[in-house]
Amino acid sequence: MSAQIEIDNQTIPFTAGQTIMQAAAAAGIYIPHLCHHPDLPAHGSCKLCTVSVNGRNMASCTTPAEAGQQIGNQTPALQSLRLRLIQMLFIEGNHLCPTCEKSGHCRLQATAYDLGMLDSHFPHFYRQHGVDSSHPDLLLDRNRCIYCSLCVRASRDLDGKGCFVMSGRGINKSLAINSPSGQLGDSAISANDRAVSICPTGALLPKQQGFTTPIGKRHFDTHLIRDEV
Amino acid sequence: MSNLDFIATTIDGFHHNPKNLLQILITIQAHLHQIDDVAVAAVASALHLSPNQVVAVIDFYSFLHRHHRGRYEILISDSITDRMLGNQALLQQFCQRLQITPETPRSDLQVSIAPTSCSGFCDEGPAVLINGVALSQLTGERVATICDFIEANTPMDAWPDSLFEHREQIHQRGLLLNLPAPQGEVLNPFFTENQDHCDETAATATIAQLERAALRGRGGAGFHTALKWRLCREAVIARQQQGEHSRAVVICNADEGEPGTFKDRILLVHQAEALIEGMTLCAATVGAEEGFIYLRGEYRYLLPQLTQLLEKRRQAGLLGRQIKGKTFSFDITIHLGAGAYICGEESALIESLEGKQGIPRIRPPFPVSRGYLGQPTVVDNVETFIAAAAIAIKGDAWFNAVGTEKSRGSKLLSISGDCSLPGVYEFPFGITVTEVLRAAGADEKLLGVQVGGPSGTFITPDEFLRTIAFEDLSTGGSFIIFNEKRNLFEIVQNFTHFFAHESCGFCTPCRVGTTLLQRQFDKICDGHGNHDDLTTLQEIAQICKSASHCGLGQTAANPILTTLQRFPVSYQHQLCTNAFEPCFNLDFSLAVTRQLSQRDDADAHLSQQGGASA
Repeated sequence: MSAQIEIDNQTIPFTAGQTIMQAAAAAGIYIPHLCHHPDLPAHGSCKLCTVSVNGRNMASCTTPAEAGQQIGNQTPALQSLRLRLIQMLFIEGNHLCPTCEKSGHCRLQATAYDLGMLDSHFPHFYRQHGVDSSHPDLLLDRNRCIYCSLCVRASRDLDGKGCFVMSGRGINKSLAINSPSGQLGDSAISANDRAVSICPTGALLPKQQGFTTPIGKRHFDTHLIRDEV
Repeated sequence: MSNLDFIATTIDGFHHNPKNLLQILITIQAHLHQIDDVAVAAVASALHLSPNQVVAVIDFYSFLHRHHRGRYEILISDSITDRMLGNQALLQQFCQRLQITPETPRSDLQVSIAPTSCSGFCDEGPAVLINGVALSQLTGERVATICDFIEANTPMDAWPDSLFEHREQIHQRGLLLNLPAPQGEVLNPFFTENQDHCDETAATATIAQLERAALRGRGGAGFHTALKWRLCREAVIARQQQGEHSRAVVICNADEGEPGTFKDRILLVHQAEALIEGMTLCAATVGAEEGFIYLRGEYRYLLPQLTQLLEKRRQAGLLGRQIKGKTFSFDITIHLGAGAYICGEESALIESLEGKQGIPRIRPPFPVSRGYLGQPTVVDNVETFIAAAAIAIKGDAWFNAVGTEKSRGSKLLSISGDCSLPGVYEFPFGITVTEVLRAAGADEKLLGVQVGGPSGTFITPDEFLRTIAFEDLSTGGSFIIFNEKRNLFEIVQNFTHFFAHESCGFCTPCRVGTTLLQRQFDKICDGHGNHDDLTTLQEIAQICKSASHCGLGQTAANPILTTLQRFPVSYQHQLCTNAFEPCFNLDFSLAVTRQLSQRDDADAHLSQQGGASA
């Protein structure tokens, strides 16, 4: 059998070692995702990229492509599962898009648009997560953290700093800072680190940049996230 | 010795190895009753970690704390069986007698009390852990005695032995429980008279024998043991052929955390030699020099005797360097868990062994190819290793003669709940639930049986002809009996809360889903759920099941799903008829206002329409 898989009845090639997500991206097929980033090793925690592989649900970012796999991606069942998963992320944190500087540039918001999210469906947790404004150039608003750990990995693997660590257990998970005080201000992070720009939400934001692009003219106001494959 | 000296000595004792971080923290917690910022900084600097990496590990494990717990720290086991045996009344007694509230240490820091997940003494509960040591068969009288000792500040080693005795009830023995303690005979085929090295053909013969015996993992998933050992061995050989220095690692999963199971504890008491022998057999087969027993924190009281046994076997030349005088070396280290059910999942267990948070890894790669420190690793359950040793001694035909076609051999069950003879039973696979119930002296009229613990299945009397076997009711060994007077919703609620507490929080569907399930179920349980709420409950359950990263999330909704299927009418009766019910309790939400305004008259309360129609 040649090195091919089928996604939604479309046959695409893959190379040895590729995950389903990588093979799909190479073929221009969009699979929704938040914790995956092509520059970093797969993580597999957000589960938005869940696809059905020969009838079984798997995270496409961590599942190796294997010849002959029959993969379901944009099926109604998977899209509604993904919608519920992203709604879970919204109700777990406090995501108030109209007041968030990231609105329009936010991958969480853009993915929610793509999944047709119109409400939060589940009751909000209304939990208070702290804001860390100790850094002169950066703001960390934990209310908007979705625990994707992209900043943890980017800071460690791309910036070589290891500024973040995911702490706690279960619903009490929280993003912690590696610094003597536990504050962002005395960590090694700087505003142009990949760890900052990689944040898919408004949890990590540069300071002193308010609304330079008007709402309505921002990236995801005019582009669909699925066209970014 | 000052606290900092103690911490420094502890770190020395663990060779300044970050892989021992969890073990170091457990030791500090036991001695200082907290791991405060000073301790965190000391540990972090000695191990070249950042303070927050240390904090991340502390915050992950239920038995580690950054704030001072009582010098006597009481953890009251809060499994459904403890509840059925009256743990709530005893909790109240503790609180009243010691003037404490749960979760808050007394102001003099003498004592604290908190609930904990099933401690593994379901057949002789209610149980508590006091400073990590398990005490079972609690009664009002015993609680009073314990409180007196605590108030008198009597050290625990001066408490009477009778307080620490466990019944360890074995009611039926079979292949494994009848096995005489082996003394190195399983290794005989590996060393012929004038051969100094492990015999290669003996390794393949061992795997072939396990294959003929059709031994499957006893943890519940039922993976074929021969295949696991062979894949691990092949991974080692493949790496060695590429010029890598590769050695396999053998790990015993003694972290039985499934509520209702305690048979591994009994095996660790009565068949520890066979366990060590089974691990040694595995090491000789797959090519390992290093082995671990990951012992659940609740079983810490077994640590001295297990350590002693390992030493005895080293002295006898059955463990350690040059086993039986040959070049084969294999040694076992015991690592303790610290209150995290998720560490029973093999890749989370490996992470924990490496001193990290117990978060399940991405698979593939599987542990057999990349496990502990990236080396090919076999992780097997206590019962599985003992079965492997038994097969090596008695032969595959002996083992194979018992059980069903797809489930060979015997299965140990931990039986608790409404029966006259709770305890451990070893039955041949294929036994029916009815036969098990008869043996255990179960109550006559039953609501049902939880087979395989909360992550398993709730079965009703019309299913009692089903069998204990991989092909029917697969179980790690938990078997909880409920009589007809038990409240189904209390059972399901206890289990649902358990999973929300134990979720590691790595993936969205489990982290958020288990908490949503808990809240949604509580709403229905409290009589505020309507028809839509039931639909939403089922929807969340399906999301947990179909999208979670590991077995915990995939099975967390089983208590709800399996009972919904069997008791649809009970669920319907639990619903209120209102078209809409808010997800919060109005009157309860006003409690803070009442407290602030110091009012508690009728007008300070709001009534809420609704409530269960039942």
